[in-house]
Amino acid sequence: MVDYFWPEAKDRHLIGQRISRLDGPAKASGRAKYTYDLLPQGMLWGKILRCPHAHAKIKSLDVSAAEKMPGVKAVRVIQGPGTEIQWALDEVVGVAATSEALAEEALRAVKVEYEVLPHFVNEANLEKAPKVDAGAEEVVGDPDAAMAAAEVKIKGTYGMPPVAHNCMEAHGQICEWTGPDTLNAWCSTQAVAGLAGQFAEGLGIPAANVHVVTDYMGGGYGSKFSVDRWGIECAKLAKLAGAPVKLMLDRRAEITVAGDRPSAYGEIEVGAKKDGTLVAWSSKSWASGGPGGAGNPPIPYIFQVPNRRHKHSSVPTNRASARAWRAPNHPQGAFLTFSALDDLAAALGMNPLDFFIQNLSITGQLEKVYREELQVADDLMGWRQRWHPRGDSAKGLVKRGLGLSIHTWGGRGHRSNCEVTVHPDGIAEAKIATQDLGTGTRTVIAIVLADSLGLPLDGVKVSLGDSRYPASGGSGGSTTVGGVSSSTRRAAQNLLATLFEKAAPELGVTAKDLEAAEGKIRVKSEPGKSLSWRQALALFGQTPVTATGANPGTGDLTSSGVGGVQMADVSVDVETGVVRVNKMVAVQDCGLIVDLKTAESQVYGGMIMGISAALSEEKVLDPVTGQVLTTDFEAYKMAGIADVGELVVRMMTGPGYDERGVIGVGEPPVVSPGPAMANAVANAIGVRVPFLPLSPRRVLDALEAAGTAVKKETV
Amino acid sequence: MQPFELASPKTREQAVRLRGTDPAQATFLAGGSDLLGLMKDRIETPGRVVYLKGVGGLVGVRSEKTEKSGGRLRIGALTTVDDLSADAALGFEYAAITAAAGRVAGPQIRNVATLGGNLLQRPRCWYFRNGFGLLAQRDGKSMVVDGDNRYHAILGNEGPAYFVQPSTLAPLLIAAGAQVVLFGSQGERWLDLERLYRIPKAEGEREHDLRPGEMLTEVVLPPAAGRKLASYEVRQRQTLDWSLATAAVSLEMDGAKVTRARVILGQVAPVPWVATEAEELLKGKTLDHDLAAKAGEAAVAKAKALSQNKYKIQLARVAVKRALIAAAGLTEEGA
Repeated sequence: MVDYFWPEAKDRHLIGQRISRLDGPAKASGRAKYTYDLLPQGMLWGKILRCPHAHAKIKSLDVSAAEKMPGVKAVRVIQGPGTEIQWALDEVVGVAATSEALAEEALRAVKVEYEVLPHFVNEANLEKAPKVDAGAEEVVGDPDAAMAAAEVKIKGTYGMPPVAHNCMEAHGQICEWTGPDTLNAWCSTQAVAGLAGQFAEGLGIPAANVHVVTDYMGGGYGSKFSVDRWGIECAKLAKLAGAPVKLMLDRRAEITVAGDRPSAYGEIEVGAKKDGTLVAWSSKSWASGGPGGAGNPPIPYIFQVPNRRHKHSSVPTNRASARAWRAPNHPQGAFLTFSALDDLAAALGMNPLDFFIQNLSITGQLEKVYREELQVADDLMGWRQRWHPRGDSAKGLVKRGLGLSIHTWGGRGHRSNCEVTVHPDGIAEAKIATQDLGTGTRTVIAIVLADSLGLPLDGVKVSLGDSRYPASGGSGGSTTVGGVSSSTRRAAQNLLATLFEKAAPELGVTAKDLEAAEGKIRVKSEPGKSLSWRQALALFGQTPVTATGANPGTGDLTSSGVGGVQMADVSVDVETGVVRVNKMVAVQDCGLIVDLKTAESQVYGGMIMGISAALSEEKVLDPVTGQVLTTDFEAYKMAGIADVGELVVRMMTGPGYDERGVIGVGEPPVVSPGPAMANAVANAIGVRVPFLPLSPRRVLDALEAAGTAVKKETV
Repeated sequence: MQPFELASPKTREQAVRLRGTDPAQATFLAGGSDLLGLMKDRIETPGRVVYLKGVGGLVGVRSEKTEKSGGRLRIGALTTVDDLSADAALGFEYAAITAAAGRVAGPQIRNVATLGGNLLQRPRCWYFRNGFGLLAQRDGKSMVVDGDNRYHAILGNEGPAYFVQPSTLAPLLIAAGAQVVLFGSQGERWLDLERLYRIPKAEGEREHDLRPGEMLTEVVLPPAAGRKLASYEVRQRQTLDWSLATAAVSLEMDGAKVTRARVILGQVAPVPWVATEAEELLKGKTLDHDLAAKAGEAAVAKAKALSQNKYKIQLARVAVKRALIAAAGLTEEGA
């Protein structure tokens, strides 16, 4: 029985170092081929005709002209007459042709008649929706009595619009039939192993006959777990045409139908004692996420106010369904909660940092983590030296302020299997049906494997992104790093057990006296007594040695629950409402860090994504046409590098953190930028801007509502 | 994209002949940073694209000094925005214009986008760009008025046009007194740049006054002759974004007193908007912060907000004030 464990700090030669991602040069030079780049022999171009109406019934449909066009190899009706379309740009007809231009021409030759039906997409007036799905009210303690007794209380309404994922690589795949019921699919997916089964189900073929490949992947953020209707249609077009078909969404479709983060709005009342101790919370929230649900943000977020009431409602709208968006529900929960708590701190006349610390006892198991991280963040931002009460009293039209937020996430490693093979040349290869979304998964597996076997990084190879390798979970919920690190570690330890068993008699010791270090199998007490890997492998003849590992399993290699703190320093021009980020500080823990550099990169990326969403992003739905209006990167405003300010990242490591095992970090850092920045804006201008994004319009509206808009030069 | 024929003329005459007079049949291509996107989205579907790059004499800044005209600058319409931003002669005379050129979009766009294209780019109105037509009308009714008009016009918005003219350079060039040289089958004509733009009254009409088949060949700037030029753009993002409101001003001064002012607004009306009220107000007065603020008020006195763009009135007001402060070399209040 092997005892699985992570090595002590002194025994780690790669784990925890700052290591550049192994596929960086391939990506930077263009050698890395994404699904979007692949052009298999004889490939056809697939395209989809989409319904322009947000709600309509298909009356009639005629594809005959398209079918007759030379070069058009397949035409498929996806949704035929009688179908009721529920959102704009839903799929109607698919075609495959010998060129992109021809495929587009073919779509234009399709005749569709719609009966246009009334739609509802009005984000600004969700209360006017024809239908509301009210959730159950949750009550803890006695919120009414506690609110009545509260010495200081505030009431506020806050909200945020839907935002798109906007993966740089759009959704899509290439499908190629290699036999009547055997399929190859190159997919831009977050779930290589899971997708084979989805294809199989959609196509009525055995899952074992589906081979899914994702070598490189251009972002998913939660929107790429499904084979999607366009995936199944791509395979069906390929079958019909008898040739491989590539079908990737264009940007307009990507922004419109490939998912988004639900909006969230809330009316919140919260009360405290004069010393800042939270006593009562009462809120209702509502949100839209397409025809179905809109998530259920955790409210109040993190601070479990002893007496509380909350109710959440979903408002169905005629837009494509929301999908998991990096840390689903948490950005909404954090923004609504911490906007209200920051307003309460202002009403109390308290520094929000003191107010948060005052109430840490109701944050649960991460209380100690938050306390330590708040201290580190304070030091990095200079919060206590620089903080001023609400409303920058300095002269001038540009006001500066500080804001803060905290966040949490689970991140326990998912189910994962890894197979490690050591070849007679001494190179160790890990095979695992996981996927590297650009996060550094490939690099992390290599580090765990090399560190575990005492090999240098170039002594190992990682093969992933192939559904024929041992199954591993989809990359969602920040579960990947914990899952693949644990399965790889167990496989490596199992492999060593096999090797040590064989090597021990050669070295005249028992297996437990051996270790793998510095590229050798050696005796712990006499490092000079050793076998090279080649020598050790020779003991097995010319046959490679293979071992497997799985997660979950014995030994505490991964756990759940991370905490993070972020602080924002912003400037606001009170005449124009333009908000600029000066500096953001992120302090984050994620248990034992495998690669400090890629972990930090996740935090940088999360911050930038969160800053962008808070500053300028909005998926704008047009109440008149029901269509999305922000269908390209001109109208859909993502922050650029000049907009994000100075970013400071500090990872918490060492005792108290490392022993919790490997925990994911992809989602948590995206949660806090919104509330931290909005609170910093309030601190700067003395007025709450209750709605994201923090655009000039929102800021000037808030200043005007507060009656403090600067319209004339003050003399 | 609809298939099209590519024509590559060598002379202006050939270009105009190939272009013909029907805008649905053929169009001119300069840098292509706007046109290609419009064609991909089938907002424009020309059968022939007349590529101007090979046409001689359309690139570069040339200083013209004769006894009759004292140092005019003639700028070829195909000069890239990047070259414009780095041009020493233009920078010497009009530093505000080279600076503004350097703020257009991002480096990749500036490397291909041209001066002529910047002046004649189509509106960015998201209804227009999503295929609902320049006036975005349905059943004779504007979608903009009932729809999302946060970026639309606050001046000249009596309808049916509600889009805004998007050129970064037009307001400054108009303030500087630029003329444009147009070339067509009838030969060459000169026009004050501000007269190039018009507000369309019906779908199918264009937002400029080019005659069918005419091409813009040059922009001609008079010598600065001591005039003070400045602009202020309110931008949400620092790069790759259009400003939300722009003001460009040119001041002729006698000491601290304004003898003549030009105040041109961008991004607020279907044309570069001449703020006559502000120009009148400034005339003969001493420019200080108070007057600059009053000129800002005057510039938007007739502005009318649509349902979601009231904030743009404030932005235009502040842009005028700040452009005047910058032109006069006053320090920003409280700075």
